[in-house]
Amino acid sequence: MFSGDELVGELRKMQISHVVWLPDSTLGTWEQALSGGSPGDAPKSEGPHLIRVCREAEAWAVAAGLYLGGARPLIMIQCTGLFDSGDSLRNAVHDYGLPLFAIIGYRSYLLAAATDSAKTYTEPVLQAWNIDYRLIDTPDKLPLLHEHYQQTQQAGQAGVVLVAEGRM
Amino acid sequence: MNCPSHSMLLPEVVRVLHAARTDEVVVTTMGSAREWMLRGTHPLDFIYAPSAMGEAPALGLGLAIAQPRRRIVVCNGDGCMLMNLGSLVTIAAQAPPNLVLLIFENGVYEVTGAQPTAATQAPQQSPVNFATLARGAGFATVFEFDDLQEWEQQVSQVLSMPGPVLAVLKVAPVPEGGVPHSPAPPASRATALKQALGEG
Repeated sequence: MFSGDELVGELRKMQISHVVWLPDSTLGTWEQALSGGSPGDAPKSEGPHLIRVCREAEAWAVAAGLYLGGARPLIMIQCTGLFDSGDSLRNAVHDYGLPLFAIIGYRSYLLAAATDSAKTYTEPVLQAWNIDYRLIDTPDKLPLLHEHYQQTQQAGQAGVVLVAEGRM
Repeated sequence: MNCPSHSMLLPEVVRVLHAARTDEVVVTTMGSAREWMLRGTHPLDFIYAPSAMGEAPALGLGLAIAQPRRRIVVCNGDGCMLMNLGSLVTIAAQAPPNLVLLIFENGVYEVTGAQPTAATQAPQQSPVNFATLARGAGFATVFEFDDLQEWEQQVSQVLSMPGPVLAVLKVAPVPEGGVPHSPAPPASRATALKQALGEG
């Protein structure tokens, strides 16, 4: 869809301080750009800094703590991780009103014939949680990321950008 | 039920922590939140009720990373800890030097009526050893307390040592210990904490 360097460039424009993530096979291609080197390398000094979690529900709580502490976090997970995230997302976004923002890999979206239930339920789940989202399904739509982030932050609301994926 | 040894009373353990607290951010949940609220309020308290059960350590990790000059103390229950054991690995990997994670271990889901956790349900089963789990996850500094006097003597050390620090506090379930209720609208408390941290 787009390269890790292109994504990191956008995240820097957005002044994202931390990326809290659990990758899938698409997001995982951005690992080197996000971490600033090969696995095991020392973290880069320039942000955003990568925080690896063990499951996606954890990501929303880490991001909540970061936000309360004055950081500008972004969550990056696959849509299957969105399904895992439910209670943590609900608590951070709807109980505490935190305007958390996530990039979510939209598994199988680009496969027209896919019967993947992850594809079927991604948007209905976001709608059920009342999360304002946008879809990036072509590389030229990357600027939507910054635009939607700014809009939701100014509104004090949570937001999501779905990134279309073709692989299961 | 094969509960761990219960030589300390939760209200007493919380009293000792409250007395030792200086300028730390203190995140409490479940039984510890209920008992902590009885001791008054502080701008750097975060009563994590309502909670996403199991997520208090992750919330504390985020605070610790964003606020590296402040100490963050997370008071978690053993049932909560079991729900998110992976957070031990996440915390140890980030290794925040300013994070202290306390596990109040009573072997039961106290606020729902003291039903045993999976870790204590079987009489033949050894209680889960949270200190061992923490060490295995990568915590270098781990304490265990089942004696109130020892806790009182070492609490300041626990709160001040380079982290991440984990301490297991073996406590008895509080009879009729109920669900903690949010002391004010949760969103307003989140805003208040952010402001108290100088970030609002």
